[in-house]
Order: sequence, then C-alpha cells, then structure tokens
Amino acid sequence: MGDKPSDLVQGTLDMLILKTLALEPMHGYGISVRIEQMSKGVFRPNAGSLFLAIQRLERDGLIDGEWKPTENNRRARYYTLTAKGRKRLDSETREWSRQVAAIGRILEAS
Amino acid sequence: MSLFRNFATGLRSLFRKNQVDRELDEELGAYLEMEAAEKMRQGVSRKDALREVRLERGSLEVTKELVRSGGWEFFVETCWQDLRFALRVLRKSPGFTTTAILTLALGIGANTAIFQLLDAVRLRSLPVPSPDELAQIEIRGGTRGFGVSRTNADLTYPLFEQIRSHQEAFSSVFAWTSDNVPLGQGSQAKRARGLFVSGETFTALGVPPLKGRLLTTDDDHPGCGFPGAVISHAFWQSEFGGLDSAIGSKLLIDSHPVEVLGVTPPIFFGLEVGTNFDVAIPFCSIPAFHNSPVLTRRELFWLTVMGRLKPGWSIDRAAAQLNAISPGLFETTVPDGYSAKSQGTYRAFRLAAYPGGSGVSGLREKYDASLWLLLGITGLVLLIACANLANLMLVRAGKREREVAVRLALGASRKRLILQLFTEGLVLAISGGVAGIFLASAFSKGILGLLSTERNLLELDVAPDWRVLAFTAAIAMMTCTIFGLVPALRSSRSEPSDALKSGSHGMTAGRDLFSFQRALVVLQIAVSLVLLAGAVLFVRSFRNLATLDPGFREKNILSGFVSLEPMHLAKAQQYQPIADDLLEQIRSIPQVESAASSTHVPLDGSSWTLGIHIRDLDTSSKFTWVSSECFQTMQIPLLSGRYFNDRDTQESPRVAIVNEAFVRKYLGAANPIGMTMRTVAEPNYPSEVYEIIGLVKGAKYATLREEIPPETFGVALQFPGSRAWMNVFVRTSSPPGPLISTLRKKISQINPEIRRFPGSSGPWRRCSPLSDCTA
Repeated sequence: MGDKPSDLVQGTLDMLILKTLALEPMHGYGISVRIEQMSKGVFRPNAGSLFLAIQRLERDGLIDGEWKPTENNRRARYYTLTAKGRKRLDSETREWSRQVAAIGRILEAS
Repeated sequence: MSLFRNFATGLRSLFRKNQVDRELDEELGAYLEMEAAEKMRQGVSRKDALREVRLERGSLEVTKELVRSGGWEFFVETCWQDLRFALRVLRKSPGFTTTAILTLALGIGANTAIFQLLDAVRLRSLPVPSPDELAQIEIRGGTRGFGVSRTNADLTYPLFEQIRSHQEAFSSVFAWTSDNVPLGQGSQAKRARGLFVSGETFTALGVPPLKGRLLTTDDDHPGCGFPGAVISHAFWQSEFGGLDSAIGSKLLIDSHPVEVLGVTPPIFFGLEVGTNFDVAIPFCSIPAFHNSPVLTRRELFWLTVMGRLKPGWSIDRAAAQLNAISPGLFETTVPDGYSAKSQGTYRAFRLAAYPGGSGVSGLREKYDASLWLLLGITGLVLLIACANLANLMLVRAGKREREVAVRLALGASRKRLILQLFTEGLVLAISGGVAGIFLASAFSKGILGLLSTERNLLELDVAPDWRVLAFTAAIAMMTCTIFGLVPALRSSRSEPSDALKSGSHGMTAGRDLFSFQRALVVLQIAVSLVLLAGAVLFVRSFRNLATLDPGFREKNILSGFVSLEPMHLAKAQQYQPIADDLLEQIRSIPQVESAASSTHVPLDGSSWTLGIHIRDLDTSSKFTWVSSECFQTMQIPLLSGRYFNDRDTQESPRVAIVNEAFVRKYLGAANPIGMTMRTVAEPNYPSEVYEIIGLVKGAKYATLREEIPPETFGVALQFPGSRAWMNVFVRTSSPPGPLISTLRKKISQINPEIRRFPGSSGPWRRCSPLSDCTA
C-alpha cells in the first residue's frame, strides 16, 4: 500500500499551507495540488481538513482571502500570505528543522 | 488584531449565515470542479470524473459541517439550538416547569432576601464619596459605665472640641447624633427624626445639596440661635410636596420657627444604617431649644465622632496619633463632681480610630448573627429544593431514556447530550433566579416590616445592587449544577443497545439510578431533620420569651411620655404640682384603675445607674424614681416592709425600696429593711443617704432576656435633680385601646403646652398595649 497518501504529522498542515502560499497566491485546490506535488504524493490533504485549516489561518490573520475568477471562468478564493503569516512561517520552519534534527540525532544514535 | 478579526468573522457567519454558507458552497464547489476538470483532462467523462471525485472526497455536506465546526460561532449556534430545544421540551410539560420554577424562585428568593438585608446592613458603604476614608473615633473599650451614655454614642462635646483642635490625621472631623425633635406647636407637635450635626459634617462627608445649601461651619458657632435646618429628600417630599418654595420657608421646630436652608440628595439617609432623618440641625441650636447645657457637659456621652483621613494616613496611623494625644485631652476635660477613683477611670481613657465607611448601625450588632444564621437556614432550604428537583429531573430523564438512546445510536456525542440536558437545567435556574429576585424584594420588605415597630421604623434601601445580583446569579448557577448537571451526567451514561432492547421502560441504568435517587432522598430527609430540630428550638425559645414573667402585669397597661418643659416654668419645683394634678385627672377617668409615673419604662432598653455605698460595699445599682402608686399600678408584689406613701415627701428623710436581686447580690441573707445606703455623687446628683423601707420582687429591667439587675426605687418627690418630664403608666379595667384619645384630650385640657410623646420603649413583646400606646 505504498501509494496511499500518509497522514500528516499533527499540526503541520498549517505550516505546509503557509509554505505553498509563500511562493504565490493560490486557491484551495491549488494548495492541495501543490502540497501533493511537492511531497511527491506522500501528503494529500482532504478538502475538510484543508478548508478548516484555511479558515483558521485566515481568522488568525496569517493569510488573506480574495474572490477572483479562475482560468476556466469560475470564481475561487485566492489566498495570499500576510506579513504576519510570513513571520510565522519563518519561526515554524526554524522550530521544525530544530526538532527534526534533534529527533534524527536520537534515532541515529546507537 | 487577530482576536478581533476572529470575532468579527464569527459574528458575520452567525448573522449572515446564508451568505457565508453560499460562499463556502461556492468555494468547495470550485474545488471539486477543478479536481474533476483535472481528471477530465486525463480522458475521463465529466460525469464519471465528478462521481470519482465525490467518492474520493466524501460527501460535500460532511465536509461543510467539518469546516463550519471549526469556528467559535459554531458553539454559540449549538447552544442556541439547545436552548430552543430545552424551551420546547419544557413547554411540553407545563406542570413540571411551573413547579420547578416556583420551587427555585422561593428558594432563591428567600436566600436573596436575607442576603439583601445583610448587604444593606453590613456590606454597603455610606452613600458618600470615598467612604473608605471615613473613620470613627471612639474610646478604646468604651466608657466602662462612666458618666451618662446614649445608645450608639461615644464621646462628649468638650472631647469633640478637643479632638477637633488637636488631631492631625484627619482633613476634617465632625460629630453628630440623632434624636427626636417635636415638630409644630405645643400639644399639636408631632415627632420628627432630628439629626444634630457639627458644622463640618456635610462638607466632610462630601454630600452635595440637592436644593439650596447645606449646613457649614459658619452656621455652627456658639450662641447661633437658629441659623436654619437642612431637610432630607423624603421629608421634603412628604411635608413640602417637593416644591422649590420649601427653601427659605419656616419650619416650626419645638415651637421655634427655623428656616429651611436646603435639601439633601435622596440617596443620603444620614449616618445610621437602618434609619432616615427628617431635619438636620446644627449643635449650636440645641441650647436655644432646651436651655440645657449639653454642649458643656463633660460626663454626657452623646456624640458619634468621625473624620475623613488626610491623604497618606491610614486608620492605624490615625489611631496611634489619637492615642498619643489622649492623656492631654482627657486631662483637660475631666468632669467635676465625681470621686477621685471615677476621675482616674476617666483619665485612663484612650482614643482610637475604626473604619467608619459603612456608617453606624444598631441593627448591625443586633441582627448580624441572626441574619447569617437565617442565611444558613434558607441555604439548607434551597438545598432541599435542589435535591427535590434533581429527583424530578432524574425521573424525567428515565422517561426519556429511549430518546437519549436513539440519539446516541444515531451518533450524537455524549458531550452534546450532556450539554443539552444541562441547558434545560440552566433555563429553569435562570427563570427561577429572575422570579426569585422579584420575590426577594417582597420578602425583605416583609422581614423589615416584622422587625419595625411603630416608633422604631426601619428604613433600609434593599434595592438590589451588583452584590445582590451577583449573589443571586451565583446561587442560581449552583442550584443548576446540583440539579441539572448530575442527572444529565447520569442519564447520558446509558448504553443505547440496552435501552432500546428493554423497550420504552427505562430499566437500564436502573440500579445505579435508583441508588443515586435514594441518596438524594436520604439527603433531603437529613437536611429536613436538621431544619425541623432548629425550628423546634426556635419556637421553644420564642415561647419561653413570650411566656416569661416580666415581674409585672402587662395586660391593660398604657404607657406614654409626657414633657412639661414647653411650659417654661421659672422653677423646677413648680412642675411637680402639675405632674400630680395630671395623674389625679387621669385617675378620674372611669375606666382607669390607677395611674402612676416613673423615670424608667421597663424593657425599653434604657438604663440609669448610680454608684452606691452600702455596708462595706462600693458598688452600683439601677435607680428608678416612681410615684407612690407605681408598684400597685404595675402590680409588682411587695415582699416585706412597706410601699411609698403620702408621708414620703420632699422634706422627709430619703427612703428607698430595693428588689430581690439587690438583696441577693449585695446583702446575702441579711434583712434589708432599715439599712441605709449612700449614693456616689455625680453632676446634678449630690450624694444622699437613703433608708431602705421595702423589698419588692422586682421586674425585668432593660430587656426581657437578661437577669433582673439590682434595682433601687426612690419616690418621685425626692428626685435629686430637676426634671420636667415623666413616663406615665395607666392601668385600665377594660382593653385600653379606646382610652387613648380620651387621655389625649384630658392632657390638652390641663395645659395645651404639655407635650406628649409615645413612650420611648423599644419593641414590646406580644405587641402589648405598652408599645402601641401613643397617648
């Protein structure tokens, strides 16, 4: 069952959304596809948790949403990273690397 | 910022639910569309693509629900739903709902009422700016029986003057006392509640005038006569109809016209919690009324002295400063006419300061403990009510077990169910609480009515303030937790399958539920028993008081206070014949069996003590001067010796009758008849030698509860000082009610200047005529 997407580590979805938006503004589906692509199919957030996370981030003022037409003439909400969101992404990335390095060291110790 | 944003977005989705829903629909729709488009690009037909996406992503509705449950507004919405559901359920069983709300309203109302009284008597501050800066100045440990004291009074006027000029801790000190003043002319006068104040009082308190101006230090200077009076808002309304023309008009106080200077705001009731005042008069006017030297008397403790602390001074520091200046103050104000020993007691007095922000209250000392006790009792009653309701709720929950089981089976979460059952309890508790607040006002007014007597009117502002409302809210929440939460927790515990299997009869959680109900019943019975025992004890002690022998026959006795002072006779001796004539006239009324006068009304709480020297004993005794028929009128039996008679006059040797307690305490087994005693000199009361000629059984003195103290009776004609007043007792052959107006007429006929007051007695048990008598 190697091709089935894995569950995300608790609490990391927010960070991933911020990361994808750091590159360019994007709509919900775009974020989902981007995360899937960048993780090479390992992570595939379902729509429920994705929009739940987006709603939370927007309310915390980390991202801003705006209705815009899509390429196939529908309306979609495009999200942009705010200054506050960028700062949060930086700090979380740093914290994450620190923890991963630490866990790595523990796992590799023998 | 983000908090605000969160709040604003939440509000938007609460109140513009449709639009927000549509937006979410559109966004999710676009998402699915894009995913389908992606699949179509790989060659799948549109229909298949959409189906696939839906299969992969699950139902759109579930997704929407999930997203929606993320915001705080979802919780509010749930609560709103629960609330509507609870209301619907409660409406369906009006019998239960009414019973529950009424039970709670009674319980909460009773608790709130008692708390309101406690709050008004004990917790509230005086309605003046920064009441916590006010301090009361008293003698540490009180006067220890020295001099003449009035209730709630602490200091003499000369002491007040000394404190005013020597203290450093206060930006201003002021003194006040309350006393009745006659309002109007002569026998037409009625009683008004006077507040006598030093000039600083209103300024120091920071009370602004509502109309006109209030008294200042400029008004209060020796020999001022009648600079004017300030009236209370209530008096202004009742006597002047709240008209502006009241200011500057003349008020007849004790037959003297006094100008009305101003009106105090409605919130200001004076400084004594539980009473109100009618007119405020400066101290310097008192000599003009009475011709009595109260302002220079050094042994008359009749004032309450208070001060407003200077910034930076604490009560403790002020007390230390007062303590330091005390020796000098008391040295310069030592009263004359006392023995060296008594004067030594006086010199040893020390002043102290105590917090004065909540005013002075006789009620506080009198009812504080009883109110806390009552609060405890009503608390227990509320507990019973809660247990009762919890039981009812449990029975209801049992009936609804199937409903609960079905909902659990359909996937409702336990948390959600508990919350919903709890909401029902909450609705009941809040309704009960609101009804309780209204009931509480009626209750507390009722209690005040019970405690008030005709001449001792209690006026308390019991309007609910934030403290009362917080209290009510707290007990409502507590009751709700007790009777709402526990059953909710219990009934949500049932296993759906069991409940459904056993059909519509809730039998599942059976044993568990029953044991809990049993515990509730046990609790109810236990608490009820405690209350019952308390009630029995209460009734017994009440009965004891009601049937206690006061030592005299209360039935068919009228009492009244008569003042001859307004006749302004030149010599004190001239009053005596008028007093005798008055009694004689009263005796001529057919229904009157006998009439007598006395300086003391039994059980009215007042006290008159003189130091005595008998055998080798330096001690003291209560002293009462009575006319010769007093013992027969009050029916106090003579044990040995003789009563007073006509041969005991001003010129004859001083004679006294003592009571049993006197003999028991001071003389032991010795026969008192023929013994002599010497009184200790006090100002206006020179030392005199009395021969004991009789022994009476004695009657209760100041209050019903205390033991009869040693008491000495002298004959009125031999009263050592001068006085122009007396308490009149009249024994009638029939119930005395109708006689009151006859008596009134009789007294006016003798001399219209004679002033009659209701006797100054406090509450009289069984509402006997002695307290209703307003002759």
